[in-house]
Amino acid sequence: MALLAIEDLTVSFGAAGASALAVDRLNFSIEPGEIVGLVGESGSGKSVTALAVLGLVDFPGRVHCRRLEFAGRDLLALGQEERRALLGGELAMIFQDPLASLDPCYTVEYQLGEALRLHGSEAERKRPKARRARALELLRQVEIADAPARLRAYPHQLSGGMAQRVMIAMALAGAPQLLIADEPTTALDVTVQAQVLDLLVRVAEERAMALVLITHDLAVVAQTAHRVVVMYAGQAMEGGPVPAIFAQPRHPYTQALLAALPEHNRGRARLQALPGLVPSARDRPDACLLAPRCPYVRGRCVDEPPPYAGSPERPARCHFPLDSTGRPGRDWLAAAPVAGTAP
Amino acid sequence: MSESVRSALADDARALARSAAPLVEARDLARHYTVSRGFLRGRAVLRALDGVSFTLAAGCTLAVVGESGCGKSTLARQVTMIESPSAGVLAVDGVDVARTTVAARRLLRPRVQMVFQNPYASLNPRKRVSALLEEPLAIAGVAGPSERRSAGLAMLARVGLRPEHYVRYPHMFSGGQRQRIAIARALMSRPRLVVADEPVSALDVSIQAQVLNLLMDLKDELGVAYLFISHNLDVVRQIADDMLVMYLGRSMEYGPKQLLFARPAHPYTRALLAATPSLAAGRRRVRALVRGEPPSPLDPPSGCVFHHRCSYAVPRCVAERPVMRAVGGLSVACHRAEDVLADPMPLA
Repeated sequence: MALLAIEDLTVSFGAAGASALAVDRLNFSIEPGEIVGLVGESGSGKSVTALAVLGLVDFPGRVHCRRLEFAGRDLLALGQEERRALLGGELAMIFQDPLASLDPCYTVEYQLGEALRLHGSEAERKRPKARRARALELLRQVEIADAPARLRAYPHQLSGGMAQRVMIAMALAGAPQLLIADEPTTALDVTVQAQVLDLLVRVAEERAMALVLITHDLAVVAQTAHRVVVMYAGQAMEGGPVPAIFAQPRHPYTQALLAALPEHNRGRARLQALPGLVPSARDRPDACLLAPRCPYVRGRCVDEPPPYAGSPERPARCHFPLDSTGRPGRDWLAAAPVAGTAP
Repeated sequence: MSESVRSALADDARALARSAAPLVEARDLARHYTVSRGFLRGRAVLRALDGVSFTLAAGCTLAVVGESGCGKSTLARQVTMIESPSAGVLAVDGVDVARTTVAARRLLRPRVQMVFQNPYASLNPRKRVSALLEEPLAIAGVAGPSERRSAGLAMLARVGLRPEHYVRYPHMFSGGQRQRIAIARALMSRPRLVVADEPVSALDVSIQAQVLNLLMDLKDELGVAYLFISHNLDVVRQIADDMLVMYLGRSMEYGPKQLLFARPAHPYTRALLAATPSLAAGRRRVRALVRGEPPSPLDPPSGCVFHHRCSYAVPRCVAERPVMRAVGGLSVACHRAEDVLADPMPLA
């Protein structure tokens, strides 16, 4: 059974008449112990999805979901108290800027202790000594050197990488089954990013903890995740296992994103850029969201929204998914061009 | 001789031919700041830039790479003449900027322009695009209003924006479009050098490719040189001719791009390459080649500043500061560069 199951998640902001869609009928599920990458450009709805799962979308945001289940529990029916017990415990999250996530007024020991007071074992909740011992152990697990000294440190005394390790330790304090990491290494330098990614993958594997890695960086996902969901303007465009999805993308958007990476253009004078812009909330195309930018656009793409379909392993939201040669299939050749353009 | 090395040598020869009169030449460039350590604790000297040397020929691109705190942006402030170096020589277009007159520096400034990282912060929200683009010409006192306007419109077209954009305000544009405006503004005074400080790191992947293409086109069309500051090695590999790797205010390795990517001789360059995420590498390859994090520039380690994170470190590295020397076609500041070169690259 899936650890987290999301069906038709929709999040919108703004007044009812003129609302802006942030997430549009998103479906995905995560198995226990699985590492899933959620990739997309800014404004694609990755972070809002995470906040909606945690129940942290406030007014004026509205969340609609047909089914939202975590470990067999219905998150939509959860009361305030039950949700608070769950968050930071079985379901934890870390954010992009660790120094903004830590309270500057309290020591690392206090903040780690707080997590243990709320989500620790029976002994840890009651006895400060047990909390301190566990806090030390957690800091060692996240590979912080000189852990006793770091316990006494305030956040401003930590570097960015160290602070993110402390955040990971706090998340691990509740022994989570699912950790959602929202751009956890974007604010870090590349050598430190490598260390923190290694750490996240290691703790996920050791504890059989599921990990959702939200990132804009396809290469980060390629090196850490088992499975990827590619998002664009609030919709899932394509999903599938790594590395198959990168070797043979079925959606033109995934193909274009990969082609735009400098890594795929070595020796070329120019990068293969995707023309145009991500649609804003106010000028969303009616049918396929990529249609104005897609090199393979056909009449059907501007008339009829494509379903998120295909095999359960490799779904794609495209009328004419790409085949193994990286081109749309035979039905694309037969399809009518966009009305008013040359074929 | 491998193919990549041969092409690197050919490039090297081409670079030599071009470098008859370098556009920018830095020799042992240093910039030190005095900082307060807090109440009653006295002052300390922060060596933000400590003995950096390079040359940049007209029409070429020098990429400066390194992690935060390595002195990349301090270097940009020296080259753009926003600050004066504490020591060393910095010659721009043949003029020693630290020892020349204020008037001569003023004449030099239009020839060196800058593009900043965040186009949401670098454009004045109260000014229309027209005012942003025409201002550099007005300051330089060249051309009348109508000529400035036609020059502005021509530059707008050149960076891929439409004439109707000319009267709009910055908030009406997306991040990529704003960066195009910032690039257009930098090019208005016909500079010979554009210092670009992380110009694409705030942009999404698909937009990043558009802006990088634009920068490369403009270089070919206008013959402008770039000092391209970036932490992203993939971007650098695309755009650079030469590369300077910095760490904690010092240069670690300097040389032609192909050679530096094919056979880096400094352990830090190798660590950077290994740490850069790559699609091709797949899951579970060795990523973190270095331990720990960069130390505080207020309290740099003795000897080689990289020694406490380096797997090649020997006692000599703690005691003696390595100087830049020629190894395998590159300039390398490492006592053990030959040993590093003898080892295979940590990844393909």
